Amino acid sequence: MTAAAGALPAVPFLAALLGLLLPVRAGGRARTAAIALGIGGAAVALGLAVALAVHNGRIAGGYRIADFGQLPVTLSVRVDGAAALVAVAVGVVALAVQVYSVAYLNDDDRYAPYAAQVSLFTAAMLLVVVSGDLIALLVGWEVMGICSYLLIGHDRTLPEAPGAAVKAFLVTRVGDVGFLIGIALLGLSAGSFRIADVLAAHYSPARLTLATLLLLAGVAGKSAQFPLHTWLPDAMAGPTPISALIHAATMVAAGIYVVTRLYPLFLGAPATLAVLGVMASVTMLLGALAATAQDDIKRVLAWSTVSQIGYMAGALAVGAAPDALFHLLTHAAFKALLFLAAGCVIHAVGGNSMALMGGLRRALPVTFWCFTVGLAALAGVPPFAGFWSKDAVVAVAFEARERGPAAGWVGLLVWLAALITALVTAWYATRLWLRTFFGPARGDAHPHEAGPVMLVPIVLLAVPTVLLGLAGLASGFAHRLGAAELVHLDAATVPPLACLVVGVLLAWALWRRDPAADPALALGRAAPVFAGAFYLDEVQNAAVVRPVRRLAAAVRRADESIVDGTVESTGRRAVDLGETIGRWHRAALPRAAATVLGGALLIGLAAVLVVGAR
Amino acid sequence: MTAGEVFLVVTLAAPALGAAGAALVPARADRLGRLVATVAAALAFLASLALFHRTIPPMPTVPRSRIVPWHQVDLRWAPGLDLRFHIGVDGISYPLVVLTALLTLICCIYTLWAVPAVEVVSPGAQPRSTPPPYIAGRLLAALLLVIEVGILGVFLALDLVLFFVFFEIVLLPMYAVIAGWGGPGRRHAARKFVLYTLAGSVLLLVGVFLVVTRAGTADLVKLSAAHGAGLSSGLQLAAFVLLALAFAVKSPLWPLHTWLPDAHTEAPTVGSVILAGVLLKMGTYGLLRIAVGVLPDGARRVAPVLGVLAVAAILVGGLVCLAQTELKRLIAYSSVGHMGFVLLGIATLNATGIQAALIGNIAHGIITGLLFFLVGAIKDRAHTGEMTQLGGLRERMPRLAGLLGYAAIASLGLPGLAGFWGEAFAVVAALRHGGPLWTVLAVLAAFGGALAAAYFLRLLRRVSHGPVGPAFAGACAPLSAGEVVSWAPLVVLALAVGLVPGVVLWLAHGPVMELVAR
Repeated sequence: MTAAAGALPAVPFLAALLGLLLPVRAGGRARTAAIALGIGGAAVALGLAVALAVHNGRIAGGYRIADFGQLPVTLSVRVDGAAALVAVAVGVVALAVQVYSVAYLNDDDRYAPYAAQVSLFTAAMLLVVVSGDLIALLVGWEVMGICSYLLIGHDRTLPEAPGAAVKAFLVTRVGDVGFLIGIALLGLSAGSFRIADVLAAHYSPARLTLATLLLLAGVAGKSAQFPLHTWLPDAMAGPTPISALIHAATMVAAGIYVVTRLYPLFLGAPATLAVLGVMASVTMLLGALAATAQDDIKRVLAWSTVSQIGYMAGALAVGAAPDALFHLLTHAAFKALLFLAAGCVIHAVGGNSMALMGGLRRALPVTFWCFTVGLAALAGVPPFAGFWSKDAVVAVAFEARERGPAAGWVGLLVWLAALITALVTAWYATRLWLRTFFGPARGDAHPHEAGPVMLVPIVLLAVPTVLLGLAGLASGFAHRLGAAELVHLDAATVPPLACLVVGVLLAWALWRRDPAADPALALGRAAPVFAGAFYLDEVQNAAVVRPVRRLAAAVRRADESIVDGTVESTGRRAVDLGETIGRWHRAALPRAAATVLGGALLIGLAAVLVVGAR
Repeated sequence: MTAGEVFLVVTLAAPALGAAGAALVPARADRLGRLVATVAAALAFLASLALFHRTIPPMPTVPRSRIVPWHQVDLRWAPGLDLRFHIGVDGISYPLVVLTALLTLICCIYTLWAVPAVEVVSPGAQPRSTPPPYIAGRLLAALLLVIEVGILGVFLALDLVLFFVFFEIVLLPMYAVIAGWGGPGRRHAARKFVLYTLAGSVLLLVGVFLVVTRAGTADLVKLSAAHGAGLSSGLQLAAFVLLALAFAVKSPLWPLHTWLPDAHTEAPTVGSVILAGVLLKMGTYGLLRIAVGVLPDGARRVAPVLGVLAVAAILVGGLVCLAQTELKRLIAYSSVGHMGFVLLGIATLNATGIQAALIGNIAHGIITGLLFFLVGAIKDRAHTGEMTQLGGLRERMPRLAGLLGYAAIASLGLPGLAGFWGEAFAVVAALRHGGPLWTVLAVLAAFGGALAAAYFLRLLRRVSHGPVGPAFAGACAPLSAGEVVSWAPLVVLALAVGLVPGVVLWLAHGPVMELVAR
């Protein structure tokens, strides 16, 4: 089974390498090859992941690839139940994306690199999932970042795409500065980067807190947590299937997953958990509120991702890693579904703006039903997947007020934030649903349903979106995620359900007043603030981007005028000096003769003085 | 003579004879001359590869030998002056020897195809009055081979005086390459290069003879084995400072770096490749093998200063790149930052840092060599390196844009490609050193890594993305076979060293542990 675990990232990686060697402007046979490589790689990976999940045993093994002065780096695997299940989710979403892209990017003339990059992305995420060594994990972690850069910038017709791509990579890279140092601190203490050794080592509390906080910086970047969340909404410039890939099972999930991977360390650092709790609460609310006022359908979904990842981070902050993983898995299913379905809507309408949608349920029946299921799961309507996992998070946060690894207020904060977020989520999900599929049609296009290549992945993703939550009732599933039981149906379930109902009714009532108008208008003066996500982009620009640019310009000037100026002027001075001295030696005969005579006298005088002094 | 000794001699003799051969070919048979040079470079490369075939090294001749050469040749050279021609190869020098031989071979192959002669005119510059580049390709190739002899000699020398001689051999042919085949500002750049590094050489000369006269031997094996014994602390400090200054000019270390941007920018493509790829490594190699190896006490005392300057180089290099507008100059400045990581690794004086420096050296040679080739290819076609004039490369030449993206990503230190290991583990090594100063240095260096990402992505955005820039408006020649053949090994190596860093590290493990042992 070790070989299977090792092959999990290796197979899509090879598919990616081969795909990158295909002609760039692939048409005909080359395009077929690119499609086959992409789908084949994802399918084999999915098969291997399912085999690992069925096997359900701990797998560990590997070998040394480098040794930095008695600090070994290994290429190793470490698979447990949770890793296998996350790998299955990655495989499912990757396969769905590869199939869906064939039709969605039908007229794209750079399909071969696109499919190869998706394969590479999959491979990188699977490496993060199975790696038993923190350095190898870091390799997957960063390769994912560069793949997101490449894929977000894929659309050559969108002027904002290159900028969004750069932003996605740089914001996460800044977080990764902390991540690298955190890993280094852990590895140096443990004398090894193997996760098993790192978990077994002993750390001073201060070092543990410091290292976990640094890791958290990287997690915030990858998982789009406040204040490093700003890249995710802009990443919508990428093709829609890429959004599904980034938001569902890879990239943003990686941060949460890595925390669960090193969870014993975090449990030993209550201060880190408190920071995580605050971060999660802010992110949850921020994302949900920002989602209320977006007009772009993909941006609503993007902000909902930010908010939902906040739930997972919240669960981690209150000591419930299995519940975080549970929500990660259900979210992977319904968010992939939502993005791919949104792609069908965009495909049909020819734009992202909800102002040009409306009344689409008749023209797009399949998309409509799938979208409905996905939104219900997102909002947490029972019995859809999101209900069970979100309820689990709320319940553990409530319990953590009294007995949690972090301070009691963290549990309370996360619980309150989760409840308010549930209400806001229900509101914006209902708004999106009504504005897209109900009311009068506002666009002038004649929308029609997409072909089966796009619809089949969506319909298949609807199955886990409905049923995966029920898996939480099965003890085998809970055990694989590391919990005795995941589902808590008791009095604590009432508050989130009440919030859900209030949110839905509010949105519905606003919409009923005028089905053609945007319910977000009711937000009044808050609407532009929410739509602008509290202007944090501007803050980031003013506080980081522009100062760094100014500093760079100043340093360049200083380097050229002072450092290099010194060198150049040394040269010039030497030449000048030579010329001056040379001038002294160019003189007319009388003066020259007088100087020679004077010099001879001087030397003679000196000789007399020296001899006389003896 | 054993086979290993023969290979050692061939590695040095083949390029020397090839240079003479290529230079003697008459001007009308220019292509033949280039062919002779390429064959000689290929021979040297094969011989350098063959050096790997070794038996267990013989028992050390001195009590504790820190340098145990796989093969060595030790001849009397100038008996009256007690000079010896002592060369050898071990796990620290072997990767650099192979890299040098490979890059020279690649450059010779590149001159075979002789990229179409083009006028490189930057805005505001005087039109060139002399013939376009690659006119006398055989002479260029011959000079490359002479440079190769010098660089290989530096890496192979086991005698301090011999080391100094080889160190100086490189200077004038490189001057000629820049001044003869360079861009519009080539004369100034070449003069600056030669005078600046010559100033460093004077210090090197004084430092070398200070050590040699006080220690009574110039033999590196013996000097390293003594590990500073018999040299007073004050002398070690003085000699280390002298040597470190000389090597810092070559590496280069901020603030002694300003010859580099001019030289790299004005040099012809092959000149830039050799300069960045291996010539700079003479500085870091010398610092490691001679300054640290022979004067450990001096090294320990100067290390904090070295570390601070290295991190300053990383940050200054990164920030200047972020504000840079000329493509080739940007790559040149990025070298300052990358070599800063190598120097930081050496300055930590622990095994982790030195290993990081060794692999960083190799990775920088591979990746920056590739980057200079690509940038040269872009400038050959666009006739300018001003990034405001470029743009939309992925529309016009997707393959070239893809390669540029790959090289840029490798250079920004993406894990999984060659550049990552040296930079990440230089940070780890600084943390391992511990203490407030080194922790701060590690954090700053890590931020320097993020800066590298910022300027390389900015470069790609300006050059590859966006609408087609005016410089690409005309017809662009497709990639020639020569370009593809000469780049391919570097592309493969950047990935291979990234996936299997052990190929470099395992060879050096033993020697490095010896070097840092007290």
